[in-house]
Amino acid sequence: MTKILVDGIEVDVPAEFTLLQACEMAGAEIPRFCFHERLSIAGNCRMCLVELKGAPKPVASCAYAVKDCRPGPNGEPPEVLTRSGTTKKAREGVMEFLLINHPLDCPICDQGGHCDLQDQAMAYGVDSTRYGENKRAVEEKYIGPLVRTAMNRCIHCTRCVRFLAEVAGVPDLGAIGRGEDMEITSYLEEAMGSELQGNVADLCPVGALVPKPQSYNIRPWELSKTESVDVMDAVGSAIRVDARGREVMQIEPRVNEDINEEWISDKTRHPVDGLRVQRLDRPYLRENGRLRPASWGEAFAAIAAKVKGTDPKRIGALVGDLAGVEETYALKSLMTALGVANRDCRQGGERLDPAWGRAAYVFNPTIPGIEAADAILLVGANPRTEASLLNVRIRKRWRMGPLAVGLIGEATDLTYPHTYLGAGTDTLTALAKGEHSFLEILKGAERPLVIVGAAALADPAVLAAAAALAKDVGAVTPAWNGFGVLHTAAARVGALDLDFVPGEGGLGFAGMIAPGALDVVFNLGADECTVGAGAFVIYQGTHGDRGASRADVVLPGAAYTEKSATYVNLEGRVQQANRAGFPPGDAREDWAILRALSDVLGHRLPFDSLVALRRALYAEHPHMAAIGSVEQGDTVAAVDRLAGLGGEVAKATFASPVLDFYLTNPIARASRVLAECSSLARGRALEAAE
Amino acid sequence: MSNRRLAPAAEQPESFAFTPENADWARGQIEKYPEGRQASAVIPLLWKAQEQNGGWLPRRAIEAVADELGMPHIRVLEVATFYTMFALEPVGRFWIQLCGTVPCDSCGARELKDMLHARLGAPGHVSADGNFSWLEVECLGACCNAPMVQINQDYYEDLTPESLGRLMDDLAAGRPVKVGSQTGRVSSEPQGGAATLTDATLFDGSRVGAWRQRFEDKSKAEGEEARGKDEAASTEARAASEPKIAKPDAGRAVERPAADAPAQRAADGDAPTKAGDKADADVLDSPAKRVVEGEPAGAEAGAQSDLPRDAVPPQPEASGASGDAPAAEPSKPDAAPSKTDPAT
Repeated sequence: MTKILVDGIEVDVPAEFTLLQACEMAGAEIPRFCFHERLSIAGNCRMCLVELKGAPKPVASCAYAVKDCRPGPNGEPPEVLTRSGTTKKAREGVMEFLLINHPLDCPICDQGGHCDLQDQAMAYGVDSTRYGENKRAVEEKYIGPLVRTAMNRCIHCTRCVRFLAEVAGVPDLGAIGRGEDMEITSYLEEAMGSELQGNVADLCPVGALVPKPQSYNIRPWELSKTESVDVMDAVGSAIRVDARGREVMQIEPRVNEDINEEWISDKTRHPVDGLRVQRLDRPYLRENGRLRPASWGEAFAAIAAKVKGTDPKRIGALVGDLAGVEETYALKSLMTALGVANRDCRQGGERLDPAWGRAAYVFNPTIPGIEAADAILLVGANPRTEASLLNVRIRKRWRMGPLAVGLIGEATDLTYPHTYLGAGTDTLTALAKGEHSFLEILKGAERPLVIVGAAALADPAVLAAAAALAKDVGAVTPAWNGFGVLHTAAARVGALDLDFVPGEGGLGFAGMIAPGALDVVFNLGADECTVGAGAFVIYQGTHGDRGASRADVVLPGAAYTEKSATYVNLEGRVQQANRAGFPPGDAREDWAILRALSDVLGHRLPFDSLVALRRALYAEHPHMAAIGSVEQGDTVAAVDRLAGLGGEVAKATFASPVLDFYLTNPIARASRVLAECSSLARGRALEAAE
Repeated sequence: MSNRRLAPAAEQPESFAFTPENADWARGQIEKYPEGRQASAVIPLLWKAQEQNGGWLPRRAIEAVADELGMPHIRVLEVATFYTMFALEPVGRFWIQLCGTVPCDSCGARELKDMLHARLGAPGHVSADGNFSWLEVECLGACCNAPMVQINQDYYEDLTPESLGRLMDDLAAGRPVKVGSQTGRVSSEPQGGAATLTDATLFDGSRVGAWRQRFEDKSKAEGEEARGKDEAASTEARAASEPKIAKPDAGRAVERPAADAPAQRAADGDAPTKAGDKADADVLDSPAKRVVEGEPAGAEAGAQSDLPRDAVPPQPEASGASGDAPAAEPSKPDAAPSKTDPAT
């Protein structure tokens, strides 16, 4: 620890701290543009200049280490002045330079109101310019469908370039030319290829890169901001939903160090237009083969008439990928009351059983825990598409130090180097037998991590083999939980926690959607499957997608931005989404629909409000009350149990359930923005295949 | 300088690949860098690619270099657009890079620029006969001989609009031209020959002898011992009052006497000034001039002036010549035509 004086306040900081960090420790505010905590240091904006006693000129505090400061003549601690005349003059000078070529178009700039340059010019700049010449003009660039450019405004901080190269690992942006002619662009103005490209607009401290889909549509001060969580994948990124009136206008990331740090994927950010279109805004009834609008009463009456004459053994309930814990709980309570044992939430065909223990189906090491791993084996997983932010964390771990990553599954670019071991189950068997040198790496690692992806969950024997391998290489010890399951759906872990799997003698997902298997199927938002012929299907969901088109009764529900709902992410972390707006038309919150329906069916659920529902839920599942935290299961016991399942591993090739990253759920499929991203990504994939 | 962009698609060749010799050379460059640092070879490779492609870099060459070094295309484009020595659009047979930075500017680069403008039109365009294109660039490091231009690989210094015009005429006509100063100045000595340090006594040791004599006489007069005591006393007092950190010589470069310098010759008892040295100071025939003309330096410098002036000469060995690329190779006249042909 080194002592340093900042404006007369002595602070004790680690020697490797930069002056900027030391100043912040002392409570001094340092303006900056190019510096970003999660990116490498560039030191090119010069806004963070401070006076360092003894230095001949102001120093860039972001790039000057405390250990490089010289002590005073009598050994006094080095002294930094952030409020001195020199510092003030330096900041004013830098600001004047930055504004030489920056257009004065704040009134029409989308960044206006949340612009770093605007704020810092107010705080640290002077009121006028001495520059009479023409300003520089820079051609606009096309860098993709999600980010619009206004390159006149660029101040060359290179945050976007560094983000794509360092965090995203898809270095598509660069700075061409030099000096005054420096321009940020992609190679020949191709679209950026990263699934995290939307973040560059957040990083841009000025209005040079702004989100394209909501261009010219919103001002930051007219938005009501709601903190929520994302449901586009199972990671559960922290988001802020910005709404104007009842309409969601944009989704921005929120800092959550345990999950997404401060990034979100493009699928998380841009389903906004999908929330507006294709919505189910009133109940529908199928009559003569066509769906017609109906009232809630008619819809419930039709359901009641059907259900009352049906044997509970011929009734089933499905839970899809976006359902919150509350409605899953309500549906399970209703089905239990009806005596129905046919229920399932494992839409992807995962053969996971909650009876094996919670640690058998969650991502035990947790996302921050990845940073402690020193060797990773991915079995049937493509984290880049199945859980983008988790992939970012693996890449972060790889950048921190040597990391061996082995991949069994589809060959793909994970953005970090990895050893491709093979495509299917036989590779897993061979690896376990020691026929591949990667086993030595795993065994030699102190904290190896085995990640089992959705593609490997269809066969319990594969899961058992992976668990046995994890046990064998020492991935699971009382001190280290190196075994994790990678889910792809936001609803899955929560529903498994609620034991929403077939009861005694009940049918599973595939059994229920088989033609003629059931007479009545209650489908809570399962859109990735089609219920077979013969069943009377009640679909409760938000969008007119596959589920609604197969339905006999459609009950309009609320999307994740329109309800307060609990989601459990792949780590088993319980989080709550909050309501940013109201569901459209006659649509209602899902738990309330089920509560109303239960009344009509004669099995009234014992809660009249969300609070009462949660009270019942928490009584039954106490861990659901611990919002924001992960309840660690007994990984050793669970993995032992998994490994003990045994079974013959059938020869199969792992195929990721995420065929198209941008279109994995009904909300994303309704979005035109994500459709454009998807077609661009397909084009890139075709080009790469050539 | 304006924005540098890749040449329009119509001028871009369909493909680019290093010739087998150049590919070998490129591998040699790449091998110089440790594993994982291959991207360091980007500038030599781009330079070679430019040379192979008739003096400019097409898009396909940038991509080929990027793929060879495992770099994203944008990273190589960054390098190619940063340095003006990489021409992104076709250049003439003689590519004139005019230095426009302050020393050249104050010595008349502006007149050269006007002249080039008048003769060749706007910068960046190849003249109708295909002979010339020009570009104003930043400092080329020959400020002493300002104003100057670089034409392909050679510097032409001390230019006036007239001499540059003549030079261009000669180049276009294939006549031999003089590389370096066009006024006959030797390296970067003052114009019109040496104006200082011309006194012969500076070099014959007579001045040093006179000073020494004076001190010797003085010490004899004052008495050797008294002076020694005074000196010792004052040194001790100074050491106590103004302590100075010792400067150990260990590890420092030791200055060795020059092999053939006037002072050395004087110490050896020879005449410090060689007969004829003064005459050589005449700019038309001086030792430095002879170095330029290639006499003492031998084959390498001689090869320079043998270059076929109508061809795009090969690049000098970038970042240090390696053994597998002999320096004499550029002088092979038969190798030159194939390199200049953009079709190959």
